[in-house]
Amino acid sequence: MNRSSFRNWCNSGEPFVWLNAGAVSLSIIMVVGLILLIMARGLGHFWPSDVAAFDYTDSDGAVVALAGEFIDAESVPRARLAVGDARVPAYLDIIDRTLVRIGNRDYTGFDYRWVLDVAMHNLSYPAQIMVIERYEWGNFYGYLTAIKEDGAALHADPDWALFQRYIAASQQLLGEIRHIEKSLIGAVNYDMERLRLKERKLALDGAPEGSPAHTQIATQRVALQEKYDGYTDRLAGLYEQLNRPSFMARLADGREVELAFAKVVRAYRPNAMSVTDKVAFYFEKLWEFVSGDPREANTEGGIFPAIFGTVMMVMIMAVLVTPFGVVAAVYLREYAKQGPVTRLIRIAVNNLAGVPSVVYGVFGLGFFVYFLGGTIDELFFPESLPAPTFGTPGILWASLTLAILTVPVVIVSTEEGLSRVPRAIREGSLALGATKAETLWRTVLPMTASAMMTGLILAVARAAGEVAPLMLVGVVKLAPSMPLDGNFPFLHLDRKFMHLGFHIYDVGFQSPNVEAARPLVYATAFLLVLIIICLNLTAIKIRNRLREKYRAAEQH
Amino acid sequence: MNEASSTSLLPDFSSSAAQKYRYYRHLKDVLMRYVMALGGISVIIAIVLIAFYLFYVVLPMFKPPHLEQVASYPVPASAAAETLYYAMEEQHEIGLRVAGDGSVVFFNTTDGSLVQRQSLTQETPAQVTAFAAGDPSQRLLATGLDDGSALLAVHEYHVSYPQDVRVIRPWLDWPVGNAPLVIDEAGQPLNLITAQADADQVTVAALTAAKRLLLVNVTEEESFLGDEVATRITRSRIPVAGEVTFLALDVEQRELYVAEQGGLISWYDVSNKAAPALVQRVQAVRPPADITSLSFLSGGISILVGDSEGNITQWFPVRDAQNNYTLERIRGFDSQAAPITAIAPEYFRKGFLATDDAGYLGIYHTTAQRTVALEQISGRRLARLAVAPRANAMLVEDATGTLQFWEIDNEHPEISWSSVWGKVWYESRDKPEHIWQSSSASSDFEPKFSLTPLAYGTLKAAFYAMLFAVPLAIMGAIYTAYFMSAKMRGLVKPTIEIMEALPTVILGFLAGLWFAPFVEQNMPGLFLCLLLLPLSMIIAAYGWSRLPNRVRHKVPEGWEAALLAPVIIATALFAFALSKPIEIALFAGNMPLWLTDELGITYDQRNSLVVGIAMGFAVIPTIFSISEDAVYGVPKHLTTGSLALGATPWQTVVRVVLLTASPGIFSAVMIGMGRAVGETMIVLMATGNTAIMDMNIFEGFRALSANIAVEMPESEVGSTHYRLLFLAGLVLFLATFLFNTIAEVVRQRLRVKYSSL
Repeated sequence: MNRSSFRNWCNSGEPFVWLNAGAVSLSIIMVVGLILLIMARGLGHFWPSDVAAFDYTDSDGAVVALAGEFIDAESVPRARLAVGDARVPAYLDIIDRTLVRIGNRDYTGFDYRWVLDVAMHNLSYPAQIMVIERYEWGNFYGYLTAIKEDGAALHADPDWALFQRYIAASQQLLGEIRHIEKSLIGAVNYDMERLRLKERKLALDGAPEGSPAHTQIATQRVALQEKYDGYTDRLAGLYEQLNRPSFMARLADGREVELAFAKVVRAYRPNAMSVTDKVAFYFEKLWEFVSGDPREANTEGGIFPAIFGTVMMVMIMAVLVTPFGVVAAVYLREYAKQGPVTRLIRIAVNNLAGVPSVVYGVFGLGFFVYFLGGTIDELFFPESLPAPTFGTPGILWASLTLAILTVPVVIVSTEEGLSRVPRAIREGSLALGATKAETLWRTVLPMTASAMMTGLILAVARAAGEVAPLMLVGVVKLAPSMPLDGNFPFLHLDRKFMHLGFHIYDVGFQSPNVEAARPLVYATAFLLVLIIICLNLTAIKIRNRLREKYRAAEQH
Repeated sequence: MNEASSTSLLPDFSSSAAQKYRYYRHLKDVLMRYVMALGGISVIIAIVLIAFYLFYVVLPMFKPPHLEQVASYPVPASAAAETLYYAMEEQHEIGLRVAGDGSVVFFNTTDGSLVQRQSLTQETPAQVTAFAAGDPSQRLLATGLDDGSALLAVHEYHVSYPQDVRVIRPWLDWPVGNAPLVIDEAGQPLNLITAQADADQVTVAALTAAKRLLLVNVTEEESFLGDEVATRITRSRIPVAGEVTFLALDVEQRELYVAEQGGLISWYDVSNKAAPALVQRVQAVRPPADITSLSFLSGGISILVGDSEGNITQWFPVRDAQNNYTLERIRGFDSQAAPITAIAPEYFRKGFLATDDAGYLGIYHTTAQRTVALEQISGRRLARLAVAPRANAMLVEDATGTLQFWEIDNEHPEISWSSVWGKVWYESRDKPEHIWQSSSASSDFEPKFSLTPLAYGTLKAAFYAMLFAVPLAIMGAIYTAYFMSAKMRGLVKPTIEIMEALPTVILGFLAGLWFAPFVEQNMPGLFLCLLLLPLSMIIAAYGWSRLPNRVRHKVPEGWEAALLAPVIIATALFAFALSKPIEIALFAGNMPLWLTDELGITYDQRNSLVVGIAMGFAVIPTIFSISEDAVYGVPKHLTTGSLALGATPWQTVVRVVLLTASPGIFSAVMIGMGRAVGETMIVLMATGNTAIMDMNIFEGFRALSANIAVEMPESEVGSTHYRLLFLAGLVLFLATFLFNTIAEVVRQRLRVKYSSL
């Protein structure tokens, strides 16, 4: 390697070219790495990892028996941990430690625990150890010892299949209870509220007490009350049945505790499961994640309401944004007189695409929610005031805000499509005697359809990922009811909703138990990324095909 | 149409059906034109509406206040006696007048008609010689009598709504009983008095005719058994040197301010009621001017001193470096010219009203250092002044005994250019500062509405993001547009588009929950990466250039980026593997701690470095795409010409391509800047959101956008805070609009230039 050749190589500017290449490379590595990171962390969560049991020397020298899943491992310089820990040999500068999910929060106080690898002994993976997902207090790790009914032990050392049958039975009961509580009683309550509002409206309209309308309301109310009482009786019976069986389990440290079947979501023994079992379990969990309701302050269970809310909001937005965006683009390109004014408008529209989304949120809150919504309430819903109907953040306002936010995207995209339609095609149509409207409607717009589609997809992708404006105009961490349900008028545009992006923010940053919530946040993030990548790739595909098509049309 | 009857091959154009059809088509055409125009214009208007609506919400903050005289009438009841005090209740329907004969008159504010009349001195034959009100929000009336005792009363109001009509019933309550409290055991008349009372204790300071300043404290103490309440009375005497003109005791009953002739103010610490101590004596007003009015600002921390030249100054104790407190002049108002006759502090805001000898009324706000309004409302001296609890009405008595009732519309006095952008000396702070603190639990809290730290945070975030993004994005764009093979370009460009589309909430979440702890754990590795990456690229490139052609020709030109990918990954892994040994060897095993201990740099886990990288990630694609377009659009004949003249590709890039494309790259940076300024979720999630002003890369900040997202949902509609958040939104809107417009104009020029080349 001689010196002058290196200098020559430097003088040729090659190193700079390579540095530039490195910049591209780095950017791509970051994107791909980020997506892989989210994917690995998000999808890994549902795999039933083995449960280890081991003895652990605590910092005070006492030996405790622990059991749990290994979640994470890291090496830390000694200085970062408590100095002078007697368990660690003096020659070790870097200490390996493992994050163990030990569960049993109701008995031990915390779900997760960092343990030093050097203080772990007698590591084993007993086949008998079971993991119980619970409705409260997170996971439970322990050994099954007995099944009880009405407090008396029925089966000592019970069969696993029998235990699973008990769980299935309580799950069925829970399903029934949930159906009664949510759907049936929910509907009754909803109707009751409507009756109350009807009555209030009558009072506001000045109808005299005891009018036919009033009696009708009274009879309806009696009927509803009867229905309600019937449901509560049934519920009481179901609850009694549900709470009868319980089981005993032994914790890793030898304590014996009693647990209710009513609190169990599912139980499994990961160490005894074969790979096929695990795969089946994995997909069961994945399905629960996309189709289930959240549990435990959103840190467990599924995210179906968030998916539903996002889709719903985006759909309403798409319905609003497409016609307006297209009309504005057609006007700008086809009807408006081209000149400084249209140029100015075009610059303004372009710039609006760059205005921070939170500003749209501020506008949406002030204008849509407080001004428009407040006015609508006064005009159409005086009976429920002072409780606001539309004068509070809700899905309609969120969709409208995002429609305004994304309308520049649709306008720009449609305009680009319109400008690409070859002149010859327009002139041909006009020469054949078609009016301008007919030319537009029959030839130009159909040719622009895919450009509009691209614009719409990009708008939808942007809307699906926006969170900042939604925080102001209608998103909540936990919506009690969906914006679409079985109660008349079925579509409730005034309701608040859940959203994937906000879910990530809320669970990741506002949750009391961030450690437990983290895997679910990754999974949610992965889902959102997946949706957005798919939408964008579709838009890119359509756009590329479109360009090819026009290139072909221009050559003919 | 009727082809059968026609001889021509063409349909009949003039048949009525054809005409009708043509007419219908024409109609449709015209209709479509109008519908499109209407729709298009309305969409454009709707978009423009955003800016106007933001202005519409913000503007009331800068509206001058509106004062309107509602009524004017002779002083209600016992007009002969001098007025000592006026007050109003919450709804400003009922006014209260305390007269020199000890009578308390409740009257209707709109017409002066009598509602109720009571006497303070009904239980005693003594005469009123001095009067003072406690903190206005506690409605305490303190009367000094000529037998050396004092009477304490509270004016209370009971509001009820029989038949949906508001009825307010006033009455007088006696917190320490309606028997006089002996102040001067020698029985001398009290010439001056000041008092405060709360649930536990009452403190009265009074000056007797013999110039003795006495302090009396009555404390209620529960006995150990809990059911008996004993009162303990503490008395002490405060030595005074000069001629005392005003007394003022703060609401916490800890500080006593005594104004003396000659413009002096003595500040006593009376927290120990048995042994009051003089803290400081200051010359508050320079002779020949003298103090003509002394009052607390709401909250009882600041005093307002009005003098005979019409100046009003605000003072409060300031702590110095040695933890000693000194009374400092904070700010002054000199809008009025005649001696100040009365100062009425607003109940819950840091504003006050002042009247003077020449009939002028001034409305001021201390935090904003703003004379909100100044109006001459009478030709004569204004003697007495009272402001309604909600600061939306006032009573003014002039020298002729006429009482004027005014309504005041003054919603946002706390906003001024200096309070929003400048340094403000807030109460209890030791120097003027920029602070954003919009809410607090207590009602007399001084809101700190400085947008400067927030704007600073926004710019700081944008700066670090650009520091990371601009080199990467522009270098990447040059390479992609100029050197990269078409095939690879077809892969890279969609990837960058995906990068642009990634929701920022995901970037923010990763930055906050994954990257921030990662950086904290592997800081040496990160800096090592910064050093090693360019180095390893160049070494790898040189190594590649030394390889035999046989090997090199296997990879076509324009795939250098792909070749570098494994190098980059390997280097990064190597750097992070070295991180811990380096940390142990050089930084005592804990680099953040080392930074704090050795260099004195505070380290937050969620800091600007994390935000810079995360937000840089978000703006890279924006800058990349636009600069790539600009570089790619450089006409080919320029570059081929340069190459033909013997320039190397790199020389061509630097001297020809970059020069031509520089406006486009500039506009790309502008648009990237716009995006960085407005980004919300990343700054919200990846920083600690504390509003500090410090360029330290290892500390967090609070950005305008994140502040809006956090505080907007809790803000009360129409309040100053709400409008100020709109102002923050407007600032963001205008900033990004400015950046984008510059970029757009530059780009359009560039387009014209390219087409002419």
